[in-house]
Amino acid sequence: MSEGLYSMEAKDFDKTLDLTKIKPYGDTMNDGKVQLSFTLPVQEGDEATEAAKQLLKKMGFENPLVVYSHELTKGFTFFNCYGSLTHTVDYTSIHVPKVESSKMDMHECDEYIREHIGRKIVIVGASTGTDAHTVGIDAIMNMKGYAGHYGLERYDMIDAYNLGSQVPNEDFIAKGIELHADALIVSQTVTQKDVHIKNLTELVEMLEAEGLRDKIILICGGPRISHELAKELGYDAGFGMNTFADDEASYIAEEMVKRGVQNFGL
Amino acid sequence: MTDMRKSKVGLDFEKVEHARGVAKKIAGQVQDFVEGYTTVAVERTICRLLGIDGIDENEVPLPNVVVDELKSKGVLGQGVCFFMGNAILETGKTPQEVAEAIVAGKLDITQMPVHKPEEIKKALQPFIDNSIDRIRNRRKRREHYIETIGEGSKPYLYIIVATGNIYEDVVQAQAGARQGADIIAVIRTTGQSLLDYVPYGATTEGFGGTFATQENFRIMRKALDEVGEEVGRYIRLCNYCSGLCMPEIAAMGALEGLDVMLNDALYGILFRDINMQRTLIDQYFSRIINGFAGVIINTGEDNYLTTADAYEEAHTVLASDFINEQLAFAAGLPEEQMGLGHAFEMDPMLTNGFLYELAQAQMLREIFPNAPLKYMPPTKFMTGNIFRGHIQDALFNVIGQWTHQGLQLLGMPTEAIHTPFMSDRYLSIENAKYIFNNMRDIGEEVEFKEGGIIRQRAQQVLNNATELLEKMETEGLFSALEKGIFADVKRPKNGGKGLSGVTLKADNYLNPFVEIMKGKK
Repeated sequence: MSEGLYSMEAKDFDKTLDLTKIKPYGDTMNDGKVQLSFTLPVQEGDEATEAAKQLLKKMGFENPLVVYSHELTKGFTFFNCYGSLTHTVDYTSIHVPKVESSKMDMHECDEYIREHIGRKIVIVGASTGTDAHTVGIDAIMNMKGYAGHYGLERYDMIDAYNLGSQVPNEDFIAKGIELHADALIVSQTVTQKDVHIKNLTELVEMLEAEGLRDKIILICGGPRISHELAKELGYDAGFGMNTFADDEASYIAEEMVKRGVQNFGL
Repeated sequence: MTDMRKSKVGLDFEKVEHARGVAKKIAGQVQDFVEGYTTVAVERTICRLLGIDGIDENEVPLPNVVVDELKSKGVLGQGVCFFMGNAILETGKTPQEVAEAIVAGKLDITQMPVHKPEEIKKALQPFIDNSIDRIRNRRKRREHYIETIGEGSKPYLYIIVATGNIYEDVVQAQAGARQGADIIAVIRTTGQSLLDYVPYGATTEGFGGTFATQENFRIMRKALDEVGEEVGRYIRLCNYCSGLCMPEIAAMGALEGLDVMLNDALYGILFRDINMQRTLIDQYFSRIINGFAGVIINTGEDNYLTTADAYEEAHTVLASDFINEQLAFAAGLPEEQMGLGHAFEMDPMLTNGFLYELAQAQMLREIFPNAPLKYMPPTKFMTGNIFRGHIQDALFNVIGQWTHQGLQLLGMPTEAIHTPFMSDRYLSIENAKYIFNNMRDIGEEVEFKEGGIIRQRAQQVLNNATELLEKMETEGLFSALEKGIFADVKRPKNGGKGLSGVTLKADNYLNPFVEIMKGKK
């Protein structure tokens, strides 16, 4: 097999942007260029490179190019590859469920709560189950916040309680009742083997069983959490990567107003 | 007396020794408390060191069965040795046979005639000697390997494996060693730190890591010895001596030839909400064992900065390093085994952040000249942008080489996305080896400007740490932890997990291992 079998340059394609058929962009519209890397469980050699190319073709790449390969250990070869993707998607028909709230900064949010709710909101947060990571919940709750977004503890009109990590769901609910929580925030960082799904579902089931689900706003967050997943699991909202305390505070405040403030508090 | 050491960052070593003295007093207060108590974990450790192993039909480890028996009868304060010694003298059984008889409900060791302390010690002696010899031989074996096949140069390249399956971990670990890693850390499954027992046997299921079990230790030790002989470098094995089974895991590691253990005096209190009394008592015995076994301990100060601000709170890291050093000394652990922790953890967008990190790393190097400092990459600021992350890790590697860190915990470009792929480790090791070689002697070539950013930063951090230590000396460590002085985390003295496993030592209490191991006899 030689490189010559593949056309290195395919320039005879339509270079106008069509949103019903978008594909990746390298340096020319519709060139479809993608870079990817992976490891195959075989020893390095011409056969390994050919296997990588064939896989690229099966993935829908034209002109598959293996630019680098290295045997990581006996019987495992790493590849850096490029190719032109043949697949397209229709961008105009995409619908992604999103958290519907305006994003207020801390001062605007405090003002909104003062004006429309007239009392402090109680928010209890925890990293639940066996999850030992506090990074996510700390970024949302701690005074200092994260990446320039102050945490909920700093809000005048929010009483924020951070229970930390590895909090069992039953303890989380008990603490929520003790503090008369309006909202519960669950952080989940470890998602290996979908351990977070089981844990998140269990919390919803426990709240429903105790008849508490409608009295609170229930939110989950974490790097692998989407709003869509959260809704599916029975949460009011989900916050993923690049969302901060102000996103959650704005949502909670507006949602409480929308659903009637008198209905809240455990 | 003037200190003749020369500081590249203009540290006043009299100030350093003053801070060290304050930390010694803080540790001394803790030590006075610790010595009056024992815990379920300490007693289970003694069971293991007397040769008790295995599980009952409900998969409860035999050390738990024995200790729970004493606890339920309200006599744990007398300690396992007292009852076990009497049981051996009365029945002629070995500790393992005694434990099995307890499981079978055929023996109540709390109802035996009481023998004299000397007789009890004598009865226990063969079993004590057995594990002491085994640990000593493990240590000699490591030393022999290092003398014959050699080891990597410092900073040691430290990588993690975390597949959840010990057999898959072996494949990953051996690949890492072939690529150049010097230390393989098997990350524990999430939540193991809160189990009040150590699971048994080889395991193939875990979340975000693999269970620490004695059998898993054995499997990985064997795999690393094999690959070490192949690559001509001794490969160290690291695990986690933390959580509710701190000293037990130390004992298991000592028996199976582990080389490095995460073993922080305060970490479990701050980040796992384990009761502070429990942790401080447990850490003492765990460090005695690690000291005796020649294990390098790693402390967890790097983690303080994942919750607190790395620029403003840098001095808490240094203050904690001072305290960890003194608590380790109290357990007889030599400087050469103190992998005191710190981290490259400032916001990458901070102007001159690299200079501050460099200043702090150099400062720590000079304050703890003989410790194999453990240096950790910017985990908090890994964003999923693997390309920038790889560069952040490169800057971290530059400082590691420049300031002669001991253990370089390699960052992975894919951190915050998944537990490392085999190829992630390759890219990270390649990154580190390139920089370590390409910049090898930079630390000896470059000096820092008098009155410049780097010198000022180092001096400022030392001053702030000293102030904090002085405040803590007045306050006491327990009270300081209650007030949230470290990492912005507040913990009550009587709160957290594991307090019910703490008990005052009673009149007949004895633990011969402390004296033997601290005396290094």
